[in-house]
Formats: sequence, C-alpha cells, structure tokens
Amino acid sequence: MKHHVIHPGTYFLVFFTLLILTGVTTVVGFYDLGRWNTVVALAIAVCKATLVVLFFMHLRYSSALPRLVMLGGLFWLALLIGLTLVDNLTRVWDSNPRGWETTSSSVQRP
Amino acid sequence: MPESHAMAAHQFDDLEQQREAASLGIWVFIATEIMFFGGLFTGYTVYRTQYFASFVAGSHLLDLKLGAVNTAVLICSSLTMALAVYAAQTGKRKLLILFLIFTMILGTGFLGIKFVEYATKYHHHLIPGFNFAPEGVYPPQMQLYFCFYFAMTALHALHMIIGLGLLAALVIMAGRGRFTPESHNPVEAIGIYWHFVDIIWIFLFPLLYLVGGR
Amino acid sequence: MSTLSVEEPEQAESRVHYLNVHYGVKSWLLTTDHKRIALLYLASITLFFLVGGSAAVLIRMNLLTPTGLLVEPATYNKLFSIHGIVMVFFFLIPSIPAVLGNFLVPLMIGARDLAFPKLNLLSWYVYIVGGLFTLYAVIAGGVDTGWTFYAPYSSTYSNTHVMAAALGVFITGFSSILTGLNFIVTIHKMRAPGMTWFRLPLFIWAMYATSVIFILGTPVIGITILLIALERAAHLGIFNPALGGDPLLFQHLFWFYSHPAVYIMILPAMGVESELITCFSKKRIFGYSFVAMSSLAIALLGFLVWAHHMFVAGVSMYAGMVFSILSYLVAVPSSVKVFNWTATLYKGSISYEAPMLYGMGFIGLFSMGGVTGMFLASLGMDVHVHDTYFVIAHFHYIMVGGAVMAYLGGIHFWWPKISGRMYPEGWARFSALIIFLGFNLTFFPQYILGYLGMPRRYPVYPPEFQVLNVMSTAGASILGVGYLIPLIYLIWSMRYGPVASSNPWGAKGLEWQAPSPPPTDNFEETPVVTAQAYDYPSREVEVA
Repeated sequence: MKHHVIHPGTYFLVFFTLLILTGVTTVVGFYDLGRWNTVVALAIAVCKATLVVLFFMHLRYSSALPRLVMLGGLFWLALLIGLTLVDNLTRVWDSNPRGWETTSSSVQRP
Repeated sequence: MPESHAMAAHQFDDLEQQREAASLGIWVFIATEIMFFGGLFTGYTVYRTQYFASFVAGSHLLDLKLGAVNTAVLICSSLTMALAVYAAQTGKRKLLILFLIFTMILGTGFLGIKFVEYATKYHHHLIPGFNFAPEGVYPPQMQLYFCFYFAMTALHALHMIIGLGLLAALVIMAGRGRFTPESHNPVEAIGIYWHFVDIIWIFLFPLLYLVGGR
Repeated sequence: MSTLSVEEPEQAESRVHYLNVHYGVKSWLLTTDHKRIALLYLASITLFFLVGGSAAVLIRMNLLTPTGLLVEPATYNKLFSIHGIVMVFFFLIPSIPAVLGNFLVPLMIGARDLAFPKLNLLSWYVYIVGGLFTLYAVIAGGVDTGWTFYAPYSSTYSNTHVMAAALGVFITGFSSILTGLNFIVTIHKMRAPGMTWFRLPLFIWAMYATSVIFILGTPVIGITILLIALERAAHLGIFNPALGGDPLLFQHLFWFYSHPAVYIMILPAMGVESELITCFSKKRIFGYSFVAMSSLAIALLGFLVWAHHMFVAGVSMYAGMVFSILSYLVAVPSSVKVFNWTATLYKGSISYEAPMLYGMGFIGLFSMGGVTGMFLASLGMDVHVHDTYFVIAHFHYIMVGGAVMAYLGGIHFWWPKISGRMYPEGWARFSALIIFLGFNLTFFPQYILGYLGMPRRYPVYPPEFQVLNVMSTAGASILGVGYLIPLIYLIWSMRYGPVASSNPWGAKGLEWQAPSPPPTDNFEETPVVTAQAYDYPSREVEVA
C-alpha cells in the first residue's frame, strides 16, 4: 500500500460540502415534516459521515483491510440494534397489568 | 502507539510494516469504539421508538442553533486536522504544529459551547438524577430522553478531552522534530481518531437536536 | 547456536533465553516481551482461579445438607456471585488467550513479538487494576447480584459492593480489548515469509476469531456496566420500569457480550484441541479449512443467539422463536470441529501423554455440554429447565469440561517450551484422570437435579435431593485435589524437572523450531515457511 497524499483542495471541497449539508439539515429541522424529519436528518448524517470517512480518514485511498474493519464494526452495530428491536418491536405491551389469567386480552402496542 | 523513530521498532522488519500495523491498529480500535457508543445508540433507539412523543418534547428543549454552530465548529476542526496530516506527510513541521494548535482551539471551542448548553440545562432544571424538575407539563418519559442526551454527549465530550490531550502530545513531539514524511504514524492515527469523534457528533446532532420538526 | 536449530538439552543451562536474560522484579514488571507477559498473566489468573475455586468449595460444602451446612443465605448469595464474577471475567476469559495466546501467537507465526508490545504490558496492568477493584469488593463485604448484575436488582435494590465489582469488570474489559487488538494486527501484519493464511496453525485461527469477539463484544458490556453504575449512583430510570425504563434492555446489552463471551472461552480451547489432537495422533488435521472457517463462523453466529438466555424473562414470543432457531445454527460449526477431530484420530498413531488425555477428555465433555446446550436452545424445553441445575451442569461442561481441560492440556503441552523443563508424566496422567472423574461426579448429578427441578442459586433444597448433592460435593473434592496436584508439580518441575529439548513431542509448528525456552527475540533468524500446517508424514498412500 503506497502513501497517498491528498491535495488540500479536496479537503476544502469536502469541508464546504459538509458545512452546506449541516446548514440544510438545520433548516429542515425548523419545519415539521412528520416522519420525514427523521429520514432526512439521518440521510444527511449518513452522507456527511461517509464523506468524512472516505476523504478525511483516507478510506477511499486505503487498502481493503481497513474498509473491511469499518464495515465489520457497522455490521455488528446493526446486529446489536436490529436483533434487540426484534424483541422490542414485537413485545406485547400491557400498560395496565392485570392478573395472569386476563393477559390474553392485552393489546399489541400501537 | 508504536514510537516513531526513523528506525522501525525491533519487532518490525521495516517502517512500511510498522506503518501498516499502526494503521490497522487504529481502525480496529475504531471498530471497538463503534460498539462502545453502540450500546448507547441501542438504548436510545429502543426508547425513542417506545416513547417518541417524550423524545420530541425533550429535543425541542435543546438550542438547535447552538447545536448547529457546534457541528460547524467540529467540522472546521476536522478540516484543520486533515490539513495537519497533510503537513506531516509533506514534512512541513511549522505548518503541522500550526494546524494541530488550530484543531485544539476549535476542539476547546466545541467543549466551551457544550458547557454553555449544559449550564442552561442546569438552570432549566433538566439534569436527571440531579435537579430534574422542568417547568410546566411534560411527558412522563422525558427524563429518559435527557438521560441519553447527557450520557451520549458526555461520553462524546470525554472523547474530545482525551483527543485534546493526544493533540497536545503531538504538538510536543512535532516540536521535537519526531515526524518525517516517512514516519509519522501517531499523527495519522490520532487524525483518524479525531475524525471518528467528529462522526459520532455528526450522528448525535440529528438524533438529539432534530427529533420531530419544530 | 547460531547455526544449529536443534541443540543438545544440556546447552539450555548456559544459553541466554527469555527467562534468564534479566533478573529481578523490575525486569518482570516492566517487560514488553510477550513471553514474560504471558507468565505474568499465568501467575495472576492462577491466583484468581484459587479465589474463585475457594468460593466454589464453600458453595459445595454448604449444599451437603438440605438446610445449608455452613453459611447464611445472604453469604451464600455472595459466594456464588464472587465465584461467577471471578471465574468468568478474571480466569476463563483471559485464561487461554492471555497466557497461551500471548506466549504462542508470535512464536507460531514466526514473529519476534506482538505488534504493540507496550500495549500488551498495559493490558496486563489494566487487568490487575480491574482485579484489585473486584478483590476489594470481596474483602469489603462481597457482592450479591450474581455474575450477571441484572437490573433493577443491581441498580436499585442490592446494598452490597456492586459498584466496586462492576468497575472491576468494566476496567478488565479494556484489557481484553487491547489483547484482541494486538492479536488481530499481529496475525494480519507480522506473519513470517511463506506463512499464508491457510498454513496458519488452527490455534491462530481460533485466537483470531476470539479477538474479533473481544473487539466487537467487550465494549458493549463496558458501556452497559457504566449505565448500571450511573443508574445506581443517580437513579435515572434507564432500567427502572417505574420511570419508563426497561430491565430487559439491560439483559439484551449484557448478553450481547456475555453470550459471545462463552465463545471467548471455548474458541481458544478448540484451538488448543486441534494442536493436541494432531500432535498426538501424528496426523494432519482432517478438513483443515473447515476447522479454520468454523472458528470464524462461531465468532459470527455467537453474536446472533444472545436472547436464548431471556426466554422466560419476558421477550416477545416472536423474538423467542427467532433466537431459538438462530441458537441451533451455532451447533453446526461446533459439530464440524468435533467430527473433524474424531476423523483426525482415525488411523492415527495415537499416544496417550498427559496433554492428549486432557484433549480426549475435552472431546467427550464438550460434546455433552454442547448437546445439552441444544436442549436449552429449544424454546419449550428451556422454559422447563431454565434457572435449574440443568443449566449449571450444561455450562460447567462447556466452561470447565471444555475450556479448563483444554487450558490444562495446553499448559502441559507447551510447558517444555515455556519453562524449558518437562513435567512429571506419571503425576500428570494421574491428575488428568482424576480431574476427568471428579468433574463428571461433580456435574453429572446436577443434570439430574436440574431436570428434577432443583433451582440454581438457593442455599437450601428439599431433602430428596440430598443423595445427588452429596455425590456432587464428593466429586468437587476430588476435582479440587486434581487441580492442586498440577499446581504443585508444575512449580516443582521449574527447578527439578528434566531439561526439555526444543521439540519433545516431535510436533510440527514454528514454536517447536525455537529453542526451549526461546530467546527474547524468539528466532535466531526469521523462519521461512514452506509447508502446510501439521505436515506429519502420511501413513496413507495419498498425500493431501
């Protein structure tokens, strides 16, 4: 793996893109878009993080191994959150617990 | 971190092997850090799906403008850090020291703004387990939101403080002329760490400040 | 010496090696030599084994009579908690990786040291600091949460020294992370010329898979324990239902690490087992790549099954089914290994030295532990035997019958390399035998007790269970003696044992090319590898 020196011009380009994305996500934050607020905010965050990883952290110019390690970390994070939600999103919630014999009437959480 | 003399440490065959080992080492460390914050992100996700209204209410008590400004400050510090790595790669020692110090100033600025935000939360009685008694009516699980707000931002701030210490060490090492274009692994490694801490904030900003539109 | 790779045994006395290159306490406490750090770990985990073992002895003594022979119920809670915490976090998890792994990883791949020697020393100090916190918790009055620290008991109700014990576990986690990081980088970047991935000893594959779990699992228990401490100090409600918190979230986060932690214990044991089986049957392993890949498969699949610890804790029925099915998957790579070891034995020229006795014991005990694990993975069966002695027997067959047997087998196998001396073979075979017998007498009755419904963690039990409990305690006494004998003769052999040659077993592998004990830099010249692993002369016609 050879040394790859990135030109400062690239850094400045990435930097201004990041600032613009920050501005956009902040402005969107002042409007109520319902569930789309979450989608837009996270989509922009993923874009920003990707830019930082690829250029500031040089992953675009690195060998396969560091990329694999990074993806591995994210994959395991997805396992942790995903499999926890497998339980939490399918649990039967009873806001007003009653006796054992009446739990069959408990409702699925909205 | 392995020391960075012109000669490779005894366990390595050459500088190239040492450089690759240091690079892989810091990436493996980043993977560990992802999972370290990951526990908090999991708890956050679970409670946010469960108590969305409380999280919206909590989020709207934060100062969105200060959060946005802080995001910008941290992105600036990432730029100066990237430029510091560039200066190390091209062997410009004074420039390296200058950019490292810029990065430290911006990092301290971030912590300063964060401190102002914390102080405001204190005055508004929003610190769980300490003085949690917000004014007016609030959803019952809003305290959980603030638990995660403080846990996540404090863990992030702790990483910033450690990063500032590491940057100070880099400044001293750079001053002693320890870094050459061939051998500057600590600069690259701490750079990657600093950008990673930036990325955590890039996610904390929407997760904490941008829950539900205002 | 510079030209000969095989030397006369007598020369070892005059030769400079890693043990006699420096003397004095300081040369040990400030060493960055991976072999010396391995010995620091060996001494410290042995100490913790004795602490955890003493608690086990007291537990079994107390269960001699149905009403509890020795201690108050509250003290009994502290005994099993400290037994669990010390044995899991301070003995089993560091045992094979930190002792044998530290010693062997660089030797087996032909490197002079690990990639980050100072980090390696730091990891030992971190381990010691964590251990001191835990010992403080024991001495100050104990902790009674069980090793699992379940919320809200640990965070709200327990009035014992939870904080100190939890901090001890939190701190020692960083030691695991540093070791794992070091191994991963070393295995990737420090292999000798010609040492390709598929020429690596299977012990290295096991260490690699273990390190992946260290890296990706340990930080999660770190942050979880931190949340417990926070909750305990400030009563935030993160795990408190009264404030909207979910105690099951704690269990999810806890088992996300602590289930894979079981594989941290058993994967290295499997790696040792592959070395023992091949060496003492003088055969190349059957299906090398399957054994290697099954280690990685276990490391991955081990992260997908954690909620089978929570079937009766209130997880959704849907999650129960998902995790039950996923749990069965782990059996596949584990069985691949057992079948391949057995196939390796077929038509091998088998000799029964002490390490092989441990190795053969491992196969039997691990298989029994694994098969009963399948019972527990099935949703319906688990509801019946959850939190009974069936579970206790199951995981002791894995952790003690599996991991500790392999650890002792490995210690005996590499003892000539570590110490430069042979252990007394007769005593070693004797102790291997009585450990096997004592172990089965201790834990087999517990399967029956659990199936009959005796719950775990109680100091008293109905009188009809007494016969089986007395059998178990009798077995534990034999087991205890079995563990003390090697401790005595291994220490004795360091001074009085016969001097070992560089390769007393006729084993393959780079570590046997280095002199016994190896010099500080391991090899006179960096070895060049030209053959596959376990390249024993084939007795059959076809050559693999």
